[in-house]
Amino acid sequence: MVNLKIDGIEVEVPKDTMILKAAKDNRIDIPTLCNLEGLISYGGCRLCLVEISGSSKLFPACTTPVSPGMEITTNSNKLKEYRKMTIQLLLSERTHICSVCVANDHCELQSLANQLGVDHTIFERNWTKEEIDSTHDFLVIDRNRCILCTRCIRVCDEIEGVHTLDLRLRGKDAQIIMDMDNQWINSCSCTSCRKCSNVCPVGAIYIEGEPVSHTKKKDIVEFIKTRRNRK
Amino acid sequence: MKKTKVSTIWLSGCSGCHMSFLDQDELLLELAKKIQMVYSPLMDIKTFPENVDLTLIEGAVANEEQQNLLKEARKKTKILISLGDCAVTGNVTALRNAWSDSDQAVLKKAYMEKSNKNGQIPTDVPKLLKKVRPIHEVVNVDYFIPGCPPPAGVINYVLTELLAGKTPNMEGRSKYG
Ligand code: SF4
Ligand code: SF4
Ligand code: SF4
Ligand code: FES
Repeated sequence: MVNLKIDGIEVEVPKDTMILKAAKDNRIDIPTLCNLEGLISYGGCRLCLVEISGSSKLFPACTTPVSPGMEITTNSNKLKEYRKMTIQLLLSERTHICSVCVANDHCELQSLANQLGVDHTIFERNWTKEEIDSTHDFLVIDRNRCILCTRCIRVCDEIEGVHTLDLRLRGKDAQIIMDMDNQWINSCSCTSCRKCSNVCPVGAIYIEGEPVSHTKKKDIVEFIKTRRNRK
Repeated sequence: MKKTKVSTIWLSGCSGCHMSFLDQDELLLELAKKIQMVYSPLMDIKTFPENVDLTLIEGAVANEEQQNLLKEARKKTKILISLGDCAVTGNVTALRNAWSDSDQAVLKKAYMEKSNKNGQIPTDVPKLLKKVRPIHEVVNVDYFIPGCPPPAGVINYVLTELLAGKTPNMEGRSKYG
């Protein structure tokens, strides 16, 4: 076991626990977007950044393991400002128009913006025209709303075990693709399991004609956990 | 007590934000004790008055006429508030921004392609801007109330705080969409 302090509270957690989990198990909430319990952490969205005393750097809580004597701050004004900035960057990077989005009211990005009080973006918005693929029988991807969290890629690879999804290009141009950049209908590996639409935190992957409130219940988390623990 | 002079402006939006303002219902009676409306699409006043304390702006900036009115309002107003998603982000009205030459493209679409015959692009309307802009990309904005439309309760909260000389805290209150 490892002893450390999170926001002034003494906690004891098993060795190799990530800061995010150590905090969560002690009822300290750190905002996250790319992380999803049951999937291998990716550390991409930088929303979960925390301060560790003795270092001027910030650390992603989802990929940084605890160590003895650590003193962690999860909710300083500085962190709050950074988180607000990150949300603003995500909202500006692609075309987010919540009022006409399938995920309106059921979107993790939208609700984090709300919680953190991001009432406008200081960056000029990119009005993107990314490709929408609706060729699949019922799955749709609107890349204009994708925040590149890679949850879909990871669930497809790690849980469904087919690795249909991947990324092409880099930075703001990065795109989720099917197989070797095929249209979804032509993917020979996709099993149509819907897991990608289940875990997508925003309105990027969804099921045509089904309200997102039904498809994004995140019961996938329970599913992942039971699968992982099955001997 | 001197009443706070309030104006509201309707740029490129659907008027839903103004509807939401009216949706404050009986709370409007409380507000009415403290404010005096001096300019609004709800009133018949043609020119934007001087020395306005507080202006609420619905809608994005899509054409030159709107841009001019907005700049005039900024000059003559102490506190300027972006009201609703169109004002705050551009929202649906800014969807055309994804197209290059979006001003021309949108006119062509509406007046030529969608017309049954003899389509004609009108020349006697205000010139569209190349891109639809949220308010704060054109002038300084003091407060933001997102939402499509913003809930009446949030509008009331912000106004009540400001009238009491306080700074509204939007954490957990603002929501896009
Ligand atoms: S994905 Fe979320 S943030 Fe983006 S438009 Fe849809 S509801 Fe809004
Ligand atoms: S439906 Fe299943 S197999 Fe197909 S891309 Fe999504 S997660 Fe992968
Ligand atoms: S499609 Fe959804 S789950 Fe996949 S990377 Fe984009 S936002 Fe994340
Ligand atoms: S949740 Fe940790 S970086 Fe995204």
